[in-house]
Amino acid sequence: MNRSRIDLGVGIFVAIGIAALLFLALKVGNLGGEKIRDPYALEAYFDNIGGLKVRAPVKVSGVLVGRVAEIRYDPKRFQARVTLNIDGRYRFPTDTFATINTSGLLGEQYLGLEPGGAEQDLEPGKEIKRTQSAIVLEKMISRFMFDKAAETGGDK
Amino acid sequence: MSNGSSRNPFERLGAWVIRCVWRLGFAARFLFMLLAYSGQSLRRFRSLTMREIYMSGVLSLVIILVSGLFVGLVLGLQGYETLQRFGSSEALGVLVALSLVRELGPVVAGLLFASRAGTAVTAEIGLMKTTQQLKAMDMMAVNPLARVVAPRFWGGVIAMPLLAALFSAMGVFGGWLIGVVLIGVDGGAFWSQMQASVDFRFDVLNGVVKSAVFGIAVSLIAVFEGYDCVPTAEGVSRAITRTVVSSALAILALDFVLTSFMFRGN
Repeated sequence: MNRSRIDLGVGIFVAIGIAALLFLALKVGNLGGEKIRDPYALEAYFDNIGGLKVRAPVKVSGVLVGRVAEIRYDPKRFQARVTLNIDGRYRFPTDTFATINTSGLLGEQYLGLEPGGAEQDLEPGKEIKRTQSAIVLEKMISRFMFDKAAETGGDK
Repeated sequence: MSNGSSRNPFERLGAWVIRCVWRLGFAARFLFMLLAYSGQSLRRFRSLTMREIYMSGVLSLVIILVSGLFVGLVLGLQGYETLQRFGSSEALGVLVALSLVRELGPVVAGLLFASRAGTAVTAEIGLMKTTQQLKAMDMMAVNPLARVVAPRFWGGVIAMPLLAALFSAMGVFGGWLIGVVLIGVDGGAFWSQMQASVDFRFDVLNGVVKSAVFGIAVSLIAVFEGYDCVPTAEGVSRAITRTVVSSALAILALDFVLTSFMFRGN
C-alpha cells in the first residue's frame, strides 16, 4: 500500500466526514435557519407563565419574530418577569397585547404578540403593559366542576 | 500475585478486584505516557498517523455506512408503524433524526468501530509484543509508545467523530428513503419538522462531543489491551476479546453519564 493511496483515502474520508457533519448541521438541524438580527429586549409581566420556557418562540401572526430570553420572578410586583429578544427589524406599538398560547392542543407554549393601534412604538427595554397569563388547565377544570356543583346544588 | 485455584472463592474474588483496580491505575498512567509521547505522531503525521487514520477510519467506512443505512431504514419503518397509529406520521423525520443524532449515531458507530478497528489495533500491537518487535524497537532506542502505539491512538480519536457523523447522515437518508420514497410520508413535512426540532447546539454538537469521548475511550482501551496482553497467541486472542467487551461497556456507561449531563430535561 503506497503512500499516495493512503493519502487519497484519508483525504476522501475526512472530506465526506466533514460533509456529513455539515449535512447534519444545516439540513437536519437548524443552523443558519432562523436568524434574529439586532435583537432588542422587551419586558412583560405575567401572573402565571404556565409552561413557558426560556428560548420559547415569540410569534406575531404566527411568524417567529423573537425568543424568550429570560424568565424571572419579581418579588416586588409578585409577578413573573419575562424578557424577550425581538428581531430589530420589527417594532410594535405601545398598546401591544402579549399572551401565552399553546401551539396545538397539547403542544409547547409560545408567546404571542397582537399589535395594537397606538402611534408610539415600544422602545427597547420597555414593558409591554397589556398581558394575559397562560391558561392553567387544572384551574379551568376545577372551576367548571365547581360551577357544575353549584348549579346542581342550587336546583335542590 | 498468585492465582491458584486452591484458594477459596472469596480470596479469588478479592484478588480479581485488586487486579482490576491495579490495571485501571496502569491504564491511567498509560494514557498520560501516550499523551506525553504524542509528539512524533504530530511531527511524522503523514507517515505514522495518516496511515492509522486510513486503517481505522477508511477501512471501517463500509461497515459504518451500510449499518447506518440499515439502522435508518429500520427506524423509519418502526417509527412510521407506531406514529401513524396516533396520526403523527409527519413527525417521522423528527423521530429518526433525533434518535440518530443524539444517541444511535455515536453509540452504534462506537460499538462497530470498537469491533472492527479496535480489535485490529489490539491484534496488531499484541502480535508485535508477542513477536518481540516492541522490545527490539526499545533496544534500537526507538520508543515503541511513540512510534507504534500513539499513532494508533490518535488515528482512532480522529476517525471516530467522522464515522459517527457519517453513520447519522446515512441513517437520516435511510429514514427518508423508507418514509418518504417508499411509504409516502410527505417529504416537505419530513424535512421541515426535522429542521424545526433538531437544534444544532443542543443535539448535533452534543452528539459530536459524545462520539469524540467514545473515540478516546475505545482507542485507549484498544491500544492498552494490545500493549498489556500476555505475549502468547492465546493472550493476544484474549486481549482482543477484552477490547470488544470493555469497549462496549465503556461506551454504554459513558453514554449514560454524558446523556444525564447533556439532556437534563430542562
